[in-house]
Amino acid sequence: MKILVCISNVPDTTSKINFVENDTKFDSNGVQYVINPYDEFALTRAMWFKEKQGASVTVISVGDASIEPTLRKALAIGADNAIRINTPATDGFTVAKELAEVIKNDTYNLILAGKESIDYNGGMVPGMIAGLLDYNFVNACVSLEIEGEKATIAREIDGGKEVLTCNLPLVIAGQKGLVEEKDLRIPNMRGIMMARKKPLTIIEPTTNDTATATTSFEKPTAKSACKLVDADNVDELINLLHNEAKVI
Amino acid sequence: MSVLVLAESSNGKFKKSSFEVTSYGKKVAEQLNTNLVVLTVNTTDNETLYKYGAEKVLNVSNEALTTFNAKTIANIVKQAVEKENVEVVILDSNANALYAAPLIAVNINAGYASNTVALPSSTTPFIVKRKAFSNKAFNNCEISTAIKVISLAKNSYGIFENEVSGTTESFTPELTSSNLTSESIEQTTGKVTIADADIVVSGGRGLKGPENWGMIEELASVLNAATACSKPVSDLGWRPHSEHVGQTGKPVASNLYIAIGISGAIQHLAGINSSKVKVVINTDAEAPFFKAADYGIIGDAFEVVPKLIEKLKKFKANNA
Ligand SMILES: Cc1cc2nc3c(=O)[nH]c(=O)nc-3n(C[C@H](O)[C@H](O)[C@H](O)COP(=O)(O)OP(=O)(O)OC[C@H]3O[C@@H](n4cnc5c(N)ncnc54)[C@H](O)[C@@H]3O)c2cc1C
Repeated sequence: MKILVCISNVPDTTSKINFVENDTKFDSNGVQYVINPYDEFALTRAMWFKEKQGASVTVISVGDASIEPTLRKALAIGADNAIRINTPATDGFTVAKELAEVIKNDTYNLILAGKESIDYNGGMVPGMIAGLLDYNFVNACVSLEIEGEKATIAREIDGGKEVLTCNLPLVIAGQKGLVEEKDLRIPNMRGIMMARKKPLTIIEPTTNDTATATTSFEKPTAKSACKLVDADNVDELINLLHNEAKVI
Repeated sequence: MSVLVLAESSNGKFKKSSFEVTSYGKKVAEQLNTNLVVLTVNTTDNETLYKYGAEKVLNVSNEALTTFNAKTIANIVKQAVEKENVEVVILDSNANALYAAPLIAVNINAGYASNTVALPSSTTPFIVKRKAFSNKAFNNCEISTAIKVISLAKNSYGIFENEVSGTTESFTPELTSSNLTSESIEQTTGKVTIADADIVVSGGRGLKGPENWGMIEELASVLNAATACSKPVSDLGWRPHSEHVGQTGKPVASNLYIAIGISGAIQHLAGINSSKVKVVINTDAEAPFFKAADYGIIGDAFEVVPKLIEKLKKFKANNA
């Protein structure tokens, strides 16, 4: 089985979010970049298939040279090789088109991605890849088993889950459940040493048309201070929620 | 040209979010000087949508659509878009809509903006404001394709009446087959889900153990709320994973979020930022949640919550 894991390079969850150039650009100053948390679940599941059922695992990301440490980290976790498509990832549709192009030229059986990236939260790349290639697609995937050509997948629905089956090829947008959080891998020394020798191929983009663009960023307006209510006076809280906030 | 809204239903009844996307769609149609068409599947009370501005309802009725299939829906939307000469497609942010949206976008070669929180600030160019950075910021997103797809974040616009005299037309699109088979659906029965709830009562590690969740459930039941928890609580197995909210868990966009014994770590807040009113109950006055909350009680959950339940019961009885 040939597995491709799509990796998004995102600011670490604790990063301060600031903008520069008149609020038109994200301020990456001092920001630590990591593998998108949802993609980590996908990568770990891919490693599981590799170790338990035999598979080759390629990781891929769209971005300039600055994303390479994140790809190296994925290699250190155990991916066999990495591909970087050399163009900034600004529009989800364009990213999906670039990824679909690679997949089309080098048939993968299974494409794993995270359900969204924690920077732009677009939630579109995996579905768009599937749409472009007419592959099966399952969103918000919380479990995945593969036997031969057949995949059994669970996806999260509002207030429950749905189990689906299909044949490969398949695109998955994963989240927690795909693997448990305690099973997520961190690179060890040996992995880091080996990652240096693994191939990282750079390919040039095939399209430059975009569907969306950010014109500016905004931060939420500063909220007023929390109103404190005395612990012995819960009536006051009820009063505030009823009369002031009007939520009960 | 027209605006198309996909109105979700379950067992033939519209979800509340359908009224919100219809209200929103009507305004977008007004901005574009055009009419609003709402696409519905296996619903009978289509006239209710006129109240929120649906001038035309396209109703698809077919047994084969009882179980949701994203690819099939995306193909139906494509046919509706062609039939009605649609320029903007609007969906809600329920699990099924988020599943179908990227497939729809590809089908009709449309730019897609999810998590939209407001009406377009401009229609030429077409710019919408959307949530980004896990609710820590917004971006104004320009969609440059001829047709646009947006999904509206829950509770971000509101439900507004805008009565029109609408018509309902039955629509029989061609159904494409899908080789993805739904084997089973497991629904947590009887309880309000986090996605649908107007009020969410959430407990953290401060509750010490699963045996103490009785009061959380009771408070939720008094308020007709859904229950939720912080990540360590679900990691420890005190509560099911489906209740874990936050950056790596479920997002909450309720009107009221009550956090009990939750510190308010940045990853937790990322999931609940878009709730309108936040209440915190915590023993530690320094807990970061107090910076994010609108109302707070510095106190022990084991004393405050039972009192709150008792007083709320009285309040409900008096205000019934
Ligand atoms: C990559 C990453 C992703 C994460 N994603 C999430 C996420 O999605 N959701 C999430 O919740 N967390 C997430 N976390 C974890 C997060 O950082 C915090 O560890 C977590 O939110 C803390 O949960 P807590 O507030 O329940 O527990 P604690 O931090 O242990 O806080 C318990 C609180 O309860 C209070 N307390 C104690 N006793 C009482 C009492 N008797 N009455 C009232 N209050 C009391 C304490 O003062 C304290 O503030 C993530 C972390 C990482 C690194």
